[in-house]
Amino acid sequence: MTILFSLGIVRGIIWGLASGGVAAGIVMAIRSGLGLPMWSPGPVTGVAALVGTLGFLTGLGAFNYWLEWALGRQKEEHHADQPRWRRYFGFDTNHKTIAIQYMVTSFLVIVVAGIYQLIDRLEVSAPGMQYISPGTYNSLMSLHGIMMLGAVLLGVSGMINYLVPLMIGARDMAFPHLNALSYWVTPPAVLLLLVSLPAGGFDTGWTAYPPLSARAPLGMQFMLLAFYLVGWSSILGSINFLTTIFKMRAPGMGLFRMPIFVWTALSTAILQLIFTQFIAMAFLMVLLERLLGLVFFAPDKGGNVILFQHLFWFYSHPAVYIFVLPGLGVISEVLPVFARKPLFGYAAVALSSLGIAGGGAVVWGHHMFAAGIEDVLRVPFMITTLLVAVPTGVKIFSWLATLWMGKIRLDTPLLFALTAIVVFLVGGITGVPNGIVPTDLHIHDTYWVVAHFHHTLFGGFVFPTMAAVYFWFPKLTGRFLNERVGKLHWAVMTVGFFITYLPMFWLGLNGMRRRIADYDPTLGLGPMNMVATIGGFLIALAMLLFFINLVVSLWRGAPAPANPWRSQTLEWQLSSPPPDENFSAPPRVVGPPYGYGTPGSIHAVVAPAGGTANKGA
Amino acid sequence: MKHVSILALLIALVSTGLVVVFQNAHLTPTVAATQALAVDDLFKLEFSIAAVILSICLVTLVYSIIVFRRRADDEGDGPPIHGHTFLEAIWTLIPLAIVVALAIYGALVLADITRAASSQPELEVKVSASQWSWRFEYPQYGIATSQLELPVNGPVVFKLHGTDVIHSFWVPEWRIKMDAVPGMETVLRITPTKVGKYKLLCAELCGLGHAFMEAPVAVVEEADFLNWVKAQPK
Repeated sequence: MTILFSLGIVRGIIWGLASGGVAAGIVMAIRSGLGLPMWSPGPVTGVAALVGTLGFLTGLGAFNYWLEWALGRQKEEHHADQPRWRRYFGFDTNHKTIAIQYMVTSFLVIVVAGIYQLIDRLEVSAPGMQYISPGTYNSLMSLHGIMMLGAVLLGVSGMINYLVPLMIGARDMAFPHLNALSYWVTPPAVLLLLVSLPAGGFDTGWTAYPPLSARAPLGMQFMLLAFYLVGWSSILGSINFLTTIFKMRAPGMGLFRMPIFVWTALSTAILQLIFTQFIAMAFLMVLLERLLGLVFFAPDKGGNVILFQHLFWFYSHPAVYIFVLPGLGVISEVLPVFARKPLFGYAAVALSSLGIAGGGAVVWGHHMFAAGIEDVLRVPFMITTLLVAVPTGVKIFSWLATLWMGKIRLDTPLLFALTAIVVFLVGGITGVPNGIVPTDLHIHDTYWVVAHFHHTLFGGFVFPTMAAVYFWFPKLTGRFLNERVGKLHWAVMTVGFFITYLPMFWLGLNGMRRRIADYDPTLGLGPMNMVATIGGFLIALAMLLFFINLVVSLWRGAPAPANPWRSQTLEWQLSSPPPDENFSAPPRVVGPPYGYGTPGSIHAVVAPAGGTANKGA
Repeated sequence: MKHVSILALLIALVSTGLVVVFQNAHLTPTVAATQALAVDDLFKLEFSIAAVILSICLVTLVYSIIVFRRRADDEGDGPPIHGHTFLEAIWTLIPLAIVVALAIYGALVLADITRAASSQPELEVKVSASQWSWRFEYPQYGIATSQLELPVNGPVVFKLHGTDVIHSFWVPEWRIKMDAVPGMETVLRITPTKVGKYKLLCAELCGLGHAFMEAPVAVVEEADFLNWVKAQPK
């Protein structure tokens, strides 16, 4: 029992439940003091959730360091004496621990959100209501959306947390305590999302457009609060990423010697820092409208419905690039290693990330072509949207040129990266009819859009994340993932993906609206929907193979050397797994990150744990 | 250069094939309005451009992983090619030109499909969308109904609004859709060109009954339309 209670997470949960309960009691007491009915689900649960989150963080010890500092009693940090597994259940400030916490949380959320959508896919595999009610369908669909987006944000933070300090030769992130805090804000958010369904769910989709969201069931409020917390995590995380990248690079690591992944992390962090506040504000406004009756959007009281959509998409379109840019960075890391060639057009690829981020910041209106925005706004947004295709094209063409004349070995990381390129390419091309107003007016709010954005998210996040896991797992754990299971996983997932999503383009063109629990049997949409459902279950099967591979390889995988792929970037010049403090002395960066093919070219000189400097691969 | 020539030939073959397929496959529903015709022409152009770009990338990718595979015992590196300024300029500028041209063409089509017809007077229909039903008012005739009936080849202007939450007006055979928003009026112009029965679908998630929010649409000869109007209660 003492061991249990010494775990940060257990103390956090106890504190969280207790403080949430006390807060609920106080709100009810105040309400009865004011002569209001004591129980009102919105205000009571809302305050309890926020206070409970603070209580959870306090119990966990998230604020201890700052408290001690404020009281003038700075404590010595000590975790080296703890057994390894315990750090994952407490407030640990090592960026590698936090990265793994992020990734594991992300995968857990993906499993839940995936199961939600499998249920919905079963329901729409044929016309007619067969298994669930339309209300349940809408709630599962809405939660699938928001939970997957949360999971992607967590996954992106995980990858950036693990890789950026190692790749730039830093010992940790710039603000380790802030880093741990930005992770630990998210478990309460996940809990709130899980509670949303039993609390009545909500039927607005992840977009939460009012007036619908202003009148949705209580589950809506949990979703809004949860995403508000995830937003905090995002903003705090991005401050850390930016500071780390700008201030903690090893000597010699000029901006144009940074691995491309760091460039994409930089672009992502800029977007997160600038734009996250807008969705937080939009969701907060809906919350205030629901809880206090303030008027922002309610049309019958003088509010403006379209205002929400502008605020929402002002974040949520750039957010798409937050989701995919690090994944595109992973592709750029994997290709040179397995093609044994330098990344083609390094500078252009590096800057294209900033180009995509900058361009992506001014295209939000393309989600609203049919929403009743001013006519004069439609053409400018069409132009900016199409321009984003240019830097995206630069990335894809540069990847293809990297493969050209290379010495390619089709190991699992490369296979996933190749699928990612094809899927992202299809996602990009099918975005063009969405960007051009007249054709968008047909396919907007149909399965075409569903297929398009799942291509961009699978191509920009899911498949690259798989490539990343197969590529860096030996670095994280000192063991290989099983290569044969990996190839099977790749094959099932790639086939399953296309079986699921290619039919959806046709469905969308032919009258299948988004977010419908049922459809007219006379439209002839049944067979293609059945095909898509079968594909969905193939993806689930592939994920199962993946998790089995992860767990089994963790125990029994073949031991991996420090640099199994003969990569030149910094993280591979350390032991697998890397030492707690990464580098015993700052490495010296002396060359480009992908100097393959030039004899004697090295990226950096790394001092071993206790000896003289040795040369990188 | 041998590789480049083979690649160019393969790309030409595959992209021609894909363009032919995309032009001839019936990917969109029946065309039943002048606006749908303009939108479909744009779709066809977009699909052709997509086919060419897809072919260039896919053929290059597949060719590379087949031809440039590493032999099992080969631990060497590829040639140290870091970039090629001319090539990079080409693949920046050509896509730029394509998207600018597409944007201009798209803007022209948009102007075309939103313009009011000048040749004959428009029939005005006020559309109220509510959870979860449609209501149509014909101010010129003083009638209001729950099904939409229109004369063929006559320009119609729909004035849309939502009474509770946001809905969206979509008849797939007419292609273009527009949201019905509470608190404001939006406009959609359609000239139906084909007699027949269609379905109006709500395309914006509007709650529990969203999937079932449909209304019957009939496009009929002008004489039949006038008879139908007379039969409606005032």
